[in-house]
Amino acid sequence: MPTLRQVRRVWKPAVFALALLPLAGLMAGATGVRSLTLGANPVEAIQDRTGLWALRLLLLTLAVTPLRELSGQAWPQQFRRMLGLFAFAYAALHFANYLLLDRALDWHEIITDLTKRPYIIVGASALLLLSALAATSTAGWRRRLGRRWQLLHRAAYPAAILVCWHFWWQVKKDVTEPLVYALLLATLLAWRLRRHLVRSRLPPA
Amino acid sequence: MLIGRPAGIRPSEITPETVFRQRRTLLRAAGLAGAATLLPRAATAADAIPARYRRLPGIRRDPSTTLGAPNTFAEVTGYNNFYEFGLDKTDPAENSGQFRPQPWRVAIDGEAGVTGSFDYADLLRPHPLEERIYRFRCVEAWSMVVPWVGFPLGALLKRFRPTSRAKYVAFETVYRPEEMPGQRSRTLDWPYVEGLTIAEAMHPLTLMTVGVYGVELPNQNGAPLRLIVPWKYGFKSIKSIVRISFTERQPPTTWSAAAPGEYGFYANVNPQVDHPRWSQATERRIGSAFFSPKQPTLPFNGYAAQVAALYRGLDLVRNF
Repeated sequence: MPTLRQVRRVWKPAVFALALLPLAGLMAGATGVRSLTLGANPVEAIQDRTGLWALRLLLLTLAVTPLRELSGQAWPQQFRRMLGLFAFAYAALHFANYLLLDRALDWHEIITDLTKRPYIIVGASALLLLSALAATSTAGWRRRLGRRWQLLHRAAYPAAILVCWHFWWQVKKDVTEPLVYALLLATLLAWRLRRHLVRSRLPPA
Repeated sequence: MLIGRPAGIRPSEITPETVFRQRRTLLRAAGLAGAATLLPRAATAADAIPARYRRLPGIRRDPSTTLGAPNTFAEVTGYNNFYEFGLDKTDPAENSGQFRPQPWRVAIDGEAGVTGSFDYADLLRPHPLEERIYRFRCVEAWSMVVPWVGFPLGALLKRFRPTSRAKYVAFETVYRPEEMPGQRSRTLDWPYVEGLTIAEAMHPLTLMTVGVYGVELPNQNGAPLRLIVPWKYGFKSIKSIVRISFTERQPPTTWSAAAPGEYGFYANVNPQVDHPRWSQATERRIGSAFFSPKQPTLPFNGYAAQVAALYRGLDLVRNF
């Protein structure tokens, strides 16, 4: 079992570097010449990959608590904030790519999208929630908010639901891929619901 | 027929012919010490048409249609939708290797004087091939410019002497799940079917397409025979056609059956009518520079002068 020291010195930097790999891949493709790895439509490739990694990292973040409790080990907890912040970072890149490269800062189009297109409204709402969580992720905010911090950070659940919904809605026809992620999320949320029900049935101590 | 200059392709978008002709020289100069192998695919693609594709002989090039700056061969053949081979836009190129486009027969039936099953070569024989450089606009809001090779569909259809009851023409794609992995899952209701009004089918811009970039159609682009209707969203341009039927009633079409609220029978390119989930006002030209904005989508994909008359009196919002 890794000691706290090992986790901090070895495993966290390793996971940090791993989480940067998708970004490094995009940078290599984008700064190399077009089509080197990003294909014929690099803007779309960046949009798809940043979105997918935001969702994957968000699900990993939500897997930390079940993993900690099921394994009886404390170390998974050490990764939760980092994974959550990476999920937010990829979601922010996803949005930035949409604003800068996809829409080229055409505010008329952007405002139309943000008010008229349901899947974009859902995605933007998810990003808003994740931004609030990222901003209050520091130890200082945790201390200041006290018990309300826990409550606020349960917004990760609706955020993840919105992200899956956003993915589902923008697929043209075949929903297999968003369905896989939605089922993973459902499993993680069902585990929490079950734990909540079991706990609330316990007699008061 | 003089088709006229399609609107919306600015002269500045067109590579000057002198530069275009120098590509080989420039590449050869750049190719010192085998550096060409280090170049990205796209830079060499216009030249690099793999030798396995048979060149089509005797193609007429009508200067009135050769006005665009075409996308590269790699873009045209490496990024497209053909759900019979998978859902990603690189899937058609990756998964179409098992497909056998020859021998090929096409069934002609319905309201026509001549019907039956016809061999591919017999269908093509009387028709001189022409190159048409057309704008191609996908319903997903991306676009390309493609040098197709083919002949007017109308010229082919007339040989079957459609009767006065032939109000529509229906098309069907081949169903071969053993060669087309996408058909093994029920993403769409196979076989893929499409249709046009008889007036649309007879329009001189409607191209029965057998090639691209001067070579026969690669499998991923709808070999050996596909439709190109340049003023409609790409899904109307059905690929790998095995049946053409003359019908009195509007035939069913695959996408409008799959999602009737999102895809209509007409599917004319129209910046005024958004897809229910996304805008159709602009499009991303594949191969454009990284920071270039999307370009405005044109009514009828830039062919309004030639085709708008077909729809006089038709409510294009309702008949999307």
